[in-house]
Amino acid sequence: MTSKRLAQRSYYGKALADLAKTDDRVVVLDADLAGSTKTGNFASAAPERFIEVGIAEANMIGVAAGLAASGKTAFASTFGVFASGRCWEQIRMAVAYPKLNVKIVATHCGLSVGPDGATHQALEDISLMRSLPNMTVIVPCDAYEAYAATMALAQMEGPAYMRMGRSEFPVVMPEGCEFRIGKATVMREGSDVSIIACGQMVGAALEAAEALSAEGINAEVVNMSTIKPLDSEAVEATVAKTGAVVTVEEHSIIGGLGSAVAEYLSENMPAPLVRVGTRDTFGESGEADELLVKYGLTASDVAAAARNAIKKKR
Amino acid sequence: MMNDLGIGEIQNIANKLRLDVIEMTTAAGSGHPGGSLSAADLLATLYFRIMNIDPQNPYMEDRDRFVLSKGHAAPILYAALAERGYFPLEEIKTLRKIGTRLQGHPAYREVPGVEVTTGSLGQGLSMACGIALAGKMDGKDYRTYCLMGDGELQEGQNWEAAMFAHKYGLSNLIGFVDRNRLQICGNTEDVMCLDPLPEKFRAFGWNVIVIDGHNIRQIIDACEKAVRSRKNPTVVIMNTVKGKGVSFMENNVEFHGKACNPEEYAKAVAELKAVIQ
Repeated sequence: MTSKRLAQRSYYGKALADLAKTDDRVVVLDADLAGSTKTGNFASAAPERFIEVGIAEANMIGVAAGLAASGKTAFASTFGVFASGRCWEQIRMAVAYPKLNVKIVATHCGLSVGPDGATHQALEDISLMRSLPNMTVIVPCDAYEAYAATMALAQMEGPAYMRMGRSEFPVVMPEGCEFRIGKATVMREGSDVSIIACGQMVGAALEAAEALSAEGINAEVVNMSTIKPLDSEAVEATVAKTGAVVTVEEHSIIGGLGSAVAEYLSENMPAPLVRVGTRDTFGESGEADELLVKYGLTASDVAAAARNAIKKKR
Repeated sequence: MMNDLGIGEIQNIANKLRLDVIEMTTAAGSGHPGGSLSAADLLATLYFRIMNIDPQNPYMEDRDRFVLSKGHAAPILYAALAERGYFPLEEIKTLRKIGTRLQGHPAYREVPGVEVTTGSLGQGLSMACGIALAGKMDGKDYRTYCLMGDGELQEGQNWEAAMFAHKYGLSNLIGFVDRNRLQICGNTEDVMCLDPLPEKFRAFGWNVIVIDGHNIRQIIDACEKAVRSRKNPTVVIMNTVKGKGVSFMENNVEFHGKACNPEEYAKAVAELKAVIQ
């Protein structure tokens, strides 16, 4: 892990600008947030294929569906709360059910949105999107993975939701990394406990593993960057090794990564599980780092959860 | 091409479509006959005279597109597609039954000729905007026709789409409003008033044409006028009668979402057969 901090959305913008040059099927829609979501990079590179819809997310999804039904690969972006919530039913009928080639890419997800407060902190978006049939759900762990995932989405046929944060946070993947949809990455091998994380919490998980190793606890860290379809082989493989699991996400423990892993484990290979995430609560205003501390999403919270999971082993 | 069909022939086809609607909703035991019958003259005119389409090649690149925003009127769309040769007519009796392609509301490409998925109201115009915009981007000449119900204009998304169509100069987009003035809970003006509807669309930058939606000549003239627009989208507000063509269904909101019982079926069929040549 380096100390380099980068914003995922900047690399989403870079990827779109690169796609503007290489893939003329790609069109990009935004709802008056192009400066924040960084779709503005695409607008500069291919203005004729950038569609400003104004503050009208429901219409954005319908227009994207129409473009996709006409052979385009439509990326539609806004903040996570709006992208997943305001137009959920539009996504359901116009995009997910007909399996249209619309990629909903949300920025400013999670608590680390910071001072804007609870209204703007999407903590339910993975849950909302994961429950839709045909929907692929991706949560890249850093800026480099966000770039690679954007490129992978442009190649993929069908609907997808990608979730990114607002703030700059440490990169944990190598620049130029590949992204395979539906494939998890083992970031660190271990035998005592599996820490399965997504988004910026992968960084916290790696930090926690480092701290645990000083206590003689050998934690495996898995970057579950595709939440749906869940890489169940990766879950099985790591749990077979360790026998105890911690999930970590900057999202509610209801319906997100923790739920996805819990569902899989309880049906297929029951194992002690501790979920780290927000606990059925809204966020509030504050600086990103302060909020992560207050809501129990730091490396030390992850380490504590790992000790707890190990204790539950029989 | 069937563009040379005369008005009498189209009128006759419209009545055949009406009979198909009664046959299929009765066979299904459910469905939405009222708002299907009010749109029969429009669909007959579009599918048998106006649109550039080829049932043998349903997704040819330059085809005109039709979006049924009021998706509950699926029976009239299925009737038009079947009578035009997109799929076998006998299949209409599978409407709403398990395993059918004829879903209760139209599903994208389940049946050839269904361009988008609709049923949840207020979304079709947005999709039609996307299709029309793609045509402009790609330099295509096709036109996109979108039929909305009047009640569904209470959904705010329509007005987001209306602003969008004007901003992007979607002159290749032609909307129709089936202004039958009835929705489930009664008269549209009592439930949530829509008038003055022409002024609303004009204020959003659209060309507006108001016609009698059961007059084939007026529908053809409106379409010909709309396609001459070089700048703005056009909406044709069609004054219609819900349940048109079956006496006891006309202006009767009870038949918004209810099929005929055996006696009603016999009466409806007799009435329609009497006017079909």
